[in-house]
Amino acid sequence: MATKKRLKDLTFLEKLYIPVILKGLVLTLKTMFKPKVTMEYPEVKFEPPASYRGRPVLVQEKNGVERCVACGLCSRVCPALAIEVQAAETELEKERYPEKFEINMLRCIFCGFCEEVCPEEAIVMSKDYELVFQDRDSAIFGKDKLLIPVEQLQDRIDFLRKFKK
Amino acid sequence: MPNITIDGKQVEFKSGQTVIQAAMNAGIDIPHFCYHPKLSISGNCRVCLVEIEKMPKLAIACSTLATEGMVVHTNSSKTLDARNAVMEFILINHPLDCPICDEAGECKLQDYAFAHSRGESRFEEIKNRKEKRVQLGPRIKFDAERCISCSRCIRFSDEIAKANQLTFTNRGDKVTITTFPGESFDNPYTLNTVDICPVGALTNNDFRFKSRVWEMSSTNSVCIGCSRGCNIEIWVRNNEILRLTPRQNEEVNSFWMCDNGRLNTFKFVNDESRIDGCYLRKDGQLVKSDWAETLEVTSKSLKEFKSNEIAFVASPFATLEDNFVLERFAKQINSNNIFSAKHILTGDQDDILIREDKTPNSFGLSILGIKNDISKLYDLIDNKNVKALFIMEEDLVGLNSEWEKVLTKLELIIVLATNKNGTTQFADIIFPAATYAEKHGTFVNFQGRVQRIRPAIATEELDRSLDGMNKSRWDKFGTKFDRWMQGKKYDAKPSWKIIALLDSYFNNKLKFKMAEEVFNEISKSNEALKNLDYDVIGDLGVTINSEVFQKV
Ligand code: SF4
Ligand code: SF4
Ligand code: SF4
Ligand code: SF4
Ligand code: FES
Repeated sequence: MATKKRLKDLTFLEKLYIPVILKGLVLTLKTMFKPKVTMEYPEVKFEPPASYRGRPVLVQEKNGVERCVACGLCSRVCPALAIEVQAAETELEKERYPEKFEINMLRCIFCGFCEEVCPEEAIVMSKDYELVFQDRDSAIFGKDKLLIPVEQLQDRIDFLRKFKK
Repeated sequence: MPNITIDGKQVEFKSGQTVIQAAMNAGIDIPHFCYHPKLSISGNCRVCLVEIEKMPKLAIACSTLATEGMVVHTNSSKTLDARNAVMEFILINHPLDCPICDEAGECKLQDYAFAHSRGESRFEEIKNRKEKRVQLGPRIKFDAERCISCSRCIRFSDEIAKANQLTFTNRGDKVTITTFPGESFDNPYTLNTVDICPVGALTNNDFRFKSRVWEMSSTNSVCIGCSRGCNIEIWVRNNEILRLTPRQNEEVNSFWMCDNGRLNTFKFVNDESRIDGCYLRKDGQLVKSDWAETLEVTSKSLKEFKSNEIAFVASPFATLEDNFVLERFAKQINSNNIFSAKHILTGDQDDILIREDKTPNSFGLSILGIKNDISKLYDLIDNKNVKALFIMEEDLVGLNSEWEKVLTKLELIIVLATNKNGTTQFADIIFPAATYAEKHGTFVNFQGRVQRIRPAIATEELDRSLDGMNKSRWDKFGTKFDRWMQGKKYDAKPSWKIIALLDSYFNNKLKFKMAEEVFNEISKSNEALKNLDYDVIGDLGVTINSEVFQKV
């Protein structure tokens, strides 16, 4: 095998390595006096922007009723089969409501398809990224954990209205 | 036969056929809402407009007779324009209800809006509002906004159910469906209108909002409500039956089934009263036991009796396979005492579908030569000639409470039952029988048509994949950790299998592993079922030949 010739041999200065090391040290020194970008999580929490896709949640109207009409489209579109919806009849004008609404957070991949398909703007991606559980059962979030008052989600809803056609 | 040309294709037709029928026979689908092959032509939805050469205007395919040499275009630009216009017109006042509409997923309007319309509405005015939850008779809710006034439901009631109960009222965009004054929409066939309504205007109270249609699996089966044996589909999600719908079979039930069959023949399958596992009576109490012990005890107890002291009750609710194996078992222990009961509801019969014999398989029993002379058995027990009774899928006490008196005279009662009932209370040994929705088998209807049932619900011994059962999307991808996969599976077996297991403690000659093997054995030994097998019977069944029919 013929030895390949380098495109360019190192110069004498380069062979000393000292200028390069100095250059690195200067960078480190400079950065020491710049403002910090790291956070001391969990004492300090990260507040994501509206475009962030945290865990999907259900929008609860001001009167305490969920927007969801249990159409099951989120459940159908979910590529990870994370959502189970059981509809039932209500006297309210919307006729249907979800008697049971469960998202298996072990299945969810935070793709946001459920949010995109929902005809009622009833399921949206929140900013909540803290998902810790110790067994499979507590990873299944029911309506108690999913329903979030609409005021807390306004940010995301505004974002969606701006960018969704 | 005369010919017409549809979209450049030569199509033969019988004289008297309309263009839509000729096209259908040739596999060309012309969009239609109001046309239904079994109803009169009404021609009011106009979505079937097609261009016919030499005709001045477009014509509706459902009421235009095909004539020799006609040239029809179903996809010309004129046709498409007209079709789009009709769709746009129908959708003007149609609510955006798909998310809350039970029909979504099997809705003709949805399908056509997707396939045949311009996709956007130019209608900016306010849509017409109508009543959305009208109780139309005892079993149906009517949503007036969704109705597209095709009149299929009205024509069905008049022409098929022979009950003039429905009509249109008002005109123009105010038109709606209502019952005649003083009438209720309560004929025995009302729920068929839910099936044929091309939209979701009519909903079944019982199924309303239970499930989206795409979440269920469907399995071809036969209704057990009466001896007609209407062909049905069983719709299942999470191992629970949610609805039954009729399946077309021109020899038996056409497109229809009765409301009683549709609503009252499946709930026992997932009912609290199901028998789950074997039971033995110990110190007067029925105690749960395992299969091995129960079979052991059963065989020991039976062997304490002389063969003519043992009697068997066959069942017109059970399949041919079940009854055949029971009969063989009786023969092998040399007992001639095999009986069955009739379940006739005198007068509850019409010339549409409903039969007064309320069992699916009494004809099957006659083919097997099992007589329906249950009163003889009563006397035999009363006179203490019979001391041990083996009852398969029959509720004697439910039939007549007189039976309570003689059942107490027996020394041993073995019952194979699906649910707890009056008779199981008296049992010393109970085996859990699989229901008609949990096994393979065949019924013979009153016309002598042999029809197959298939498992739609899994028992503990069945596995949807390994046993080739139909699966929903959930079933395909679910794991045991998913709550929507944890539907109850009962510890039950088909009656023929239980008896075959029991036989292994006796002569061990009934070595059947599958219902199909049992059927092949029946067909070998029985003239009426000669040359039949599960494949030949298929989805639509086979009528046994008329000579045999006469004899039975
Ligand atoms: S898509 Fe929206 S309305 Fe439909 S079930 Fe999901 S959350 Fe509810
Ligand atoms: S975010 Fe994606 S994976 Fe998670 S529930 Fe919604 S559709 Fe399913
Ligand atoms: S009838 Fe069909 S198109 Fe109309 S709301 Fe129901 S599913 Fe949608
Ligand atoms: S209720 Fe259904 S079947 Fe009856 S006229 Fe309206 S759309 Fe047609
Ligand atoms: S199908 Fe022909 S007019 Fe309705």
